[in-house]
Amino acid sequence: MDFLNAIILLLNYTIIPALSYGSQLALGAIFVTLIYGVLRFANFATGDMMSFGTMFAVLLTFYFQSLGINFGFLPTALLTIPFAVIMMILYMLSIDKFVFSYYRIKKSPPVVLAMVSVGVMFVTQAIIRIIIGPFDRRFLDGEKFILKATEFKEMTGLNEGLTIKSTQAITIVVTVIVVSIMFWFLNKTKTGTSMRAYSDNEDLALLSGIDPKKVVLLTWVIAGILATVGGVLYGLDKSYKPFVYFNNMLPIFAAAIVGGIGNPLGAFLGGYVVAFGEIFITYAYKKFFTYILPESLEPNSLMQLLSTDYKFAVSFSLLVIVLLFRPSGIFKGLRL
Amino acid sequence: MKQYLNVVTAYMIMFTLIILVGIFQSWSQALSILNYCLISAVMTIGANIQWGYAGLINFGIMGYTALGGLAVVLVSVAPVPEAWKAGGINMIGSLGVVVAMIVSIRYISKNIQKSKKRNYLIAGTIVIGLLLIRLLAGPGIESIEAVDPAKTGFLGGLGMPILFSWIVGAFFAGGLAYVIGKIALGLRADYLAIATLLIAEIVVSIIKHEDWLARGVKNVIGLKRPVPYEIDLQTSPWFINLVENFNSGKLKVIGTISERQDVLKQLVIDASSVYVKLCMAGLFLTVVIILLIVTQKALYSPWGRKMRAIRDNEEAASAMGKNVVKEHLLIFILGSAVVGLAGAMMVTNDGLFTPGSYRPMRYTFVIWVMVIVGGTGNNFGAILGGFVVWFLWVEAAPIALFLINFFTAHLPETNALKVHLIESAPYFRFLMIGIGVLLIMRYRPQGILPEKIIKQ
Repeated sequence: MDFLNAIILLLNYTIIPALSYGSQLALGAIFVTLIYGVLRFANFATGDMMSFGTMFAVLLTFYFQSLGINFGFLPTALLTIPFAVIMMILYMLSIDKFVFSYYRIKKSPPVVLAMVSVGVMFVTQAIIRIIIGPFDRRFLDGEKFILKATEFKEMTGLNEGLTIKSTQAITIVVTVIVVSIMFWFLNKTKTGTSMRAYSDNEDLALLSGIDPKKVVLLTWVIAGILATVGGVLYGLDKSYKPFVYFNNMLPIFAAAIVGGIGNPLGAFLGGYVVAFGEIFITYAYKKFFTYILPESLEPNSLMQLLSTDYKFAVSFSLLVIVLLFRPSGIFKGLRL
Repeated sequence: MKQYLNVVTAYMIMFTLIILVGIFQSWSQALSILNYCLISAVMTIGANIQWGYAGLINFGIMGYTALGGLAVVLVSVAPVPEAWKAGGINMIGSLGVVVAMIVSIRYISKNIQKSKKRNYLIAGTIVIGLLLIRLLAGPGIESIEAVDPAKTGFLGGLGMPILFSWIVGAFFAGGLAYVIGKIALGLRADYLAIATLLIAEIVVSIIKHEDWLARGVKNVIGLKRPVPYEIDLQTSPWFINLVENFNSGKLKVIGTISERQDVLKQLVIDASSVYVKLCMAGLFLTVVIILLIVTQKALYSPWGRKMRAIRDNEEAASAMGKNVVKEHLLIFILGSAVVGLAGAMMVTNDGLFTPGSYRPMRYTFVIWVMVIVGGTGNNFGAILGGFVVWFLWVEAAPIALFLINFFTAHLPETNALKVHLIESAPYFRFLMIGIGVLLIMRYRPQGILPEKIIKQ
């Protein structure tokens, strides 16, 4: 019985939060990796692009709410995602046309493109703050919980409760759907294959008649979908604040590199590696050990490897370790 | 002389702008901008050494700046004897464990052949060392932080003069750069950028959360100053006389003595703040000029030519027998040390150390924008970039406000769009700087003052 309690405890405080946070990171990391693989630069505007897409979802949610439209027990924001995605793709394509395409045609080194993306980051941040302001906004409505701790306790008679927030479930379900469609597209369709070919070897791809413009366009479209969905899911789960999105760029980069940058599957798994790393290392295991150990061995300290202040630092240290020992990522060569 | 014309013109325009701020806003404001411009100039010199001379991307500027600031606290603040008594031995013990760990890891990696056994030994040493530190430092930290937490709660510094801390700050940053360089310099350019960005974030989060070191987010205030305090100036007779003589024309016009006294008092208060900032500006200017002379000499020396050769063609330089790895590490350390110096200068200027304020936006990306805008590989350009971008960063909000009011003059005061725009005026600084970078990158990628290569 105690053993069961211990498992429920871990599930409640580490595994479920890590799964949903990992999904949000994974979407962002695939976004980074796609841009890196196809357009060949590290996009420092990642966090702010996600924030930009989410901004539209937030604004549309407020608009829909004022019209009285809702999505039943699901958050209204899910309804707004398609519109936000369209706005996002338009924004990305116009940025590509006015900013990035010039350097791509000139074949500038990746460093220059990375610097340009810093410029884009500044502009995007400015636009976001001018339109919606820097404040914290919550836009979650509908049912908050799928399973409440008290209900779970009554159901099972255990000491530990299990809470599943609806945002956590939505995050995981939506991520699975989006990512599986994306992988199906990349691996099974002809256009997807041409994208991968372009990413692997640009010259050979051009030689075999692949249209680079189409590939670039598709990359931005997919990137727009991933960025918006990832951003909205994060915003629903926590809250929408532009500054936080900018900061989220850092663990997302860590996830992309841990998984091997340029490899979508690696980035997907990298997101979970980073999330689980962060949460497992900063969780205080005291209660867990009191359940599984006999009373005489019960720990006095918190049994915490690192304080939660260092949550972000954990993912960055993970990245440093990976860079030191396997610079090409821990999932090198892994393909679907 | 003609070839320096653009440099001279650019600097003239910049100083005119700062003087205009002095005339239209206030001299105190203009001098604060100037001081921050000078500090930014030191940072850009550091970043330019890395990027302009050697082509190394270092997005970790925030980390070195914070470390420079930490040096000021650790050097200049008076020590807290109670805290040392409470947990000093534990902390020194932990430091000993860290040193022992490093020595033994070095020993293992030197004397045992590369194998699984070696990896396990190193991992084992790290784990045991961490556990020991945990046991030693844990109670120490607790008792240190319990010593008068509202005021101290940290070990304090060494109580030495604050100017000394600038040198220490440079050494701290250089030391960090040595470690980061050893880890990350072999990486490709964009990997290096990401890695340094994230490592800097780790450094800042340690400074933020280790309260026993520098009070963390509780901030350290009231740091020493290398220049006089306003309060002392306002009561010292020579300063009051100076202000009186300086403003004698203005004071003569006023009739009654009591009124004249009041005006004089106000003038002295204003002048004291200007005087303090002028002293600071003098100090900073000395640093900038010394750095400029040294970097200029280095750039046009055989060493500078070697660095450019490495930057422009690594393979060729290495084929000529230049040790690329070593030179990269050296220049990474030098540039970071300069940034650390700037960090120490900034904390000295502010008189307080606020770890919570170190954010990548302000301390990494803005500095990079300065280097790109000013001119990579040209020291005069880098300094100018520091001036221009900082000036824009500060003055963007007033300029934006003016423009908004100008273009929406026909709208009523209560118009929703106008109110919203006026509220978001501060964020136009991001817009201006972003658009500035994009334009410069597109139409003048070499920066305002491009790199000049003198053929000997």
